[in-house]
Amino acid sequence: MVVDVLTDAEVDRVFHALADATRRDILRRCMGGEPSVSRLAEVYPMSFAAVHKHVAVLERAGLVVKERRGREQLVRTDGDAVGRARRVLDELEAAWRGRVDRMVELLAEAPEPERNELSTGGGG
Amino acid sequence: MSIVSAEKDFDGLSLVLVAEFDAPIEQVWQLWADPRQLERWWGPPGYPATVEKHDLAPGGEVAYLMTGPGGEKSRGWWRVTSVDPPRSLDFTDGFANPDGTPDAETPTTAVQVRLAEQHGGTRMELRFMYESRGDMDQLERLGAFEGIPQSVGQMDALLAADTRSSDE
Repeated sequence: MVVDVLTDAEVDRVFHALADATRRDILRRCMGGEPSVSRLAEVYPMSFAAVHKHVAVLERAGLVVKERRGREQLVRTDGDAVGRARRVLDELEAAWRGRVDRMVELLAEAPEPERNELSTGGGG
Repeated sequence: MSIVSAEKDFDGLSLVLVAEFDAPIEQVWQLWADPRQLERWWGPPGYPATVEKHDLAPGGEVAYLMTGPGGEKSRGWWRVTSVDPPRSLDFTDGFANPDGTPDAETPTTAVQVRLAEQHGGTRMELRFMYESRGDMDQLERLGAFEGIPQSVGQMDALLAADTRSSDE
């Protein structure tokens, strides 16, 4: 399987596309289904034109493709499904490593209930 | 001490993480059972979580939101399937719409938490399961597990996912 190296300009486009909460939300709605642009426009408190613009940014970044079907313009993502499971689990693991690290910090600062039966007012 | 093992099953679409803590089981349980503690570790840096509803009972719900640096809010929910303090908690985790209702268009993750006393501390096993590969595909794009792709590493994953070999 050939993997292209993205150019700097392409990387910039992807980062720019993902830097916006609405576009991230549009992206995730395009994942399983193939919503039409007008369907997407119903979801957000903004004009059809504004949503259309967001979709165009995602499209330029190569994150979604638009497909005309009848009167509708459908938006969908595509890509290599094989590597995805791996990346999803990697990402899940990374996120939970962060959570576990924060748990460790919290445990370190929390008083241990049993030993703290008599509150030790100060000291240390 | 924290994560001691991570096992991924790409066919079974699951991940098992094992962590060890130098803390009593009851204290580790409180990380999950006390909403004020939960909200201090759930959200990634820069995306603090607020737990609005927290009912750790079978059928009970947990509702949370994470607030990003730009004030954007990302909501999620758990549906508790079973609970046995301080040893086990099973729930489904999913995304919510802005009004807090579960977002039916996005996939969910089944999570099992198991705590056990070990060497004077606590061992925590976390098991995550997806129903289908389609769910995983979808979650990947969501930036998924913390709501937002924020680290370069995560960005790299997205970039790799979106690289296509067709154009020249």
